[in-house]
Amino acid sequence: MDIGLGHYLAVAAIMFSIGVFGIFVNRKNVIIILMSIELILLSVNINFVAFSVALHDLGGQVFALFVLTVAAAEAAVGLAILVVYFRNRGTIAVEDINLMKG
Amino acid sequence: MTPFMSSLFLIGPEIALTFAALALLVGGAVRGERAGSFINTISIAVLLFAAIWGLKSAGAAPAEAFGGALVLDRLALFAKTGILLSAALVLAIGTGFLKLEKIVKYEYAILVLLATLGMMVMVSANDLLSLYVGLELQSLSLYVLAAFNRSSLRASEAGLKYFVLGALSSGLLLYGISLVYGFVGTTRFEGIAEAAHMDASVGLVIGVVFVLSGLAFKISAVPFHMWTPDVYQGAPTPVTAFFASAPKFAAIALIARLLMGPFADMADQWQQVVVALSVLSMTVGYFGAIMQRNIKRLMAYSSIANMGYAMIALAAGSQRGLEALLFYMGLYLITTLGMFACILAMRQSEGMVENIDDLAGLSQSRPGLALSFSLLLFSIAGLPPLAGFFGKLYIFLAAVEGGLLWLAIYGAVLSVVGAFYYLRIVKIMWFDEPAPAFVSSSIVLPLTAGIAAFMMLPGALWLLPALERWSQAAASSLF
Repeated sequence: MDIGLGHYLAVAAIMFSIGVFGIFVNRKNVIIILMSIELILLSVNINFVAFSVALHDLGGQVFALFVLTVAAAEAAVGLAILVVYFRNRGTIAVEDINLMKG
Repeated sequence: MTPFMSSLFLIGPEIALTFAALALLVGGAVRGERAGSFINTISIAVLLFAAIWGLKSAGAAPAEAFGGALVLDRLALFAKTGILLSAALVLAIGTGFLKLEKIVKYEYAILVLLATLGMMVMVSANDLLSLYVGLELQSLSLYVLAAFNRSSLRASEAGLKYFVLGALSSGLLLYGISLVYGFVGTTRFEGIAEAAHMDASVGLVIGVVFVLSGLAFKISAVPFHMWTPDVYQGAPTPVTAFFASAPKFAAIALIARLLMGPFADMADQWQQVVVALSVLSMTVGYFGAIMQRNIKRLMAYSSIANMGYAMIALAAGSQRGLEALLFYMGLYLITTLGMFACILAMRQSEGMVENIDDLAGLSQSRPGLALSFSLLLFSIAGLPPLAGFFGKLYIFLAAVEGGLLWLAIYGAVLSVVGAFYYLRIVKIMWFDEPAPAFVSSSIVLPLTAGIAAFMMLPGALWLLPALERWSQAAASSLF
């Protein structure tokens, strides 16, 4: 069986959905949310590279490199904020992030 | 001059901001925390300098930089001027708060500079890549700003919530961009416009919807608004003032450029989405605000509702609509910053207060501040003959012209609900039993509030025509 563009897009769509569900369904740990965000960004990268090859256009691969860079920065900022939060609260359980409501 | 050199000249203000931010970062690292207020002052000067430079160097014709990755037209100029001036004003009115709360850190002004830089790239983006990079530069700086008061549990919770939902929205946006790229074959706006003109494939439509929902997070349109009240409440007040002003303005300008530029021929598809977002935002924004006791949460709902009105103008999809949108957003910037100047003045002897009831009796203790705040509230509620009324009027006229009569009527009816809670604050200030008086603040706060309130008065006739002329010129660049 030939692996074509459609297969790559399907894998990316599944990864994207897992990432989005991971953010909303997970009640345990903020770290899992960070992992889900990475999953979303990586699924986008699969899309970009697959399209780039299918279209014979380098733009998509350049975009994927930018996404990788920004994802690294985002993970750094996210972990930093998480550390600050943990110092103040003493826990990173998702259900405890409820100081403000309404 | 080589194209590269002329591109560099076109983005002169951005380069100035970049170098200023880097130099100040080094300066701050060398001098330590003592340099905080000095760096704040320098940053204000740099922002004003960049605004003036941008205004001076702009030509009448749109110019493209870096092979079309960025475009500098009237819309970009209008948005950049608004962003730079409001960022400078936020730094000016926030200084006193940071000193009294003992959170003067040099990183604060530098993060504001970097966020501003990101917004400037956003509003002149002419390629999905520069759009994404600008948006992320802005967002990452804003996540850190939200959690900027490290010792406060509320602020760090606000930062965490903002980060998680903001990152999710970037993911949605990015997935949309990847689909648009895949089904069009380019990320350049002209190329997308061509493809949308020929034939809007299903993949392209899905991509546009994803891009729109990612951007709706940034302007906190319902149903992507969950983060807004919590982040507004938890973040330090000057940061909240920044969130409510410049990023909203930038994101609206970006959405307008996308919808009326590359996606203009797909208006049938995106109009329904924008109308739905607009109706939901107005409803949730106004009804959610009624229950609020905390003034910062109330401002969050107020900004959600105001974005709903802005999206009525977007949904009209016409040049008139864009004019009305930019005019409304200009007024929104001035009003919001004036109101936040009043909120920053809410300090009793034991510390900052944030409850609406603490405003009681303000008319006796600080009549000038109470008058300015009341005028601003009247204006944002849309009472004639204040400027806010004309902002809403133009939007409704544009909607009627665009065949959205029912949406205009719905917006007008809902503004009565809005008037209810805006006027309740006025009532508390003027007629309720006085609460403990506020201690005196620096002169900057009442001055800012007073000037903002004065601009809303019908006597300040120069403002409305000038703002109208600018927004017309800006709107004409997309049509």
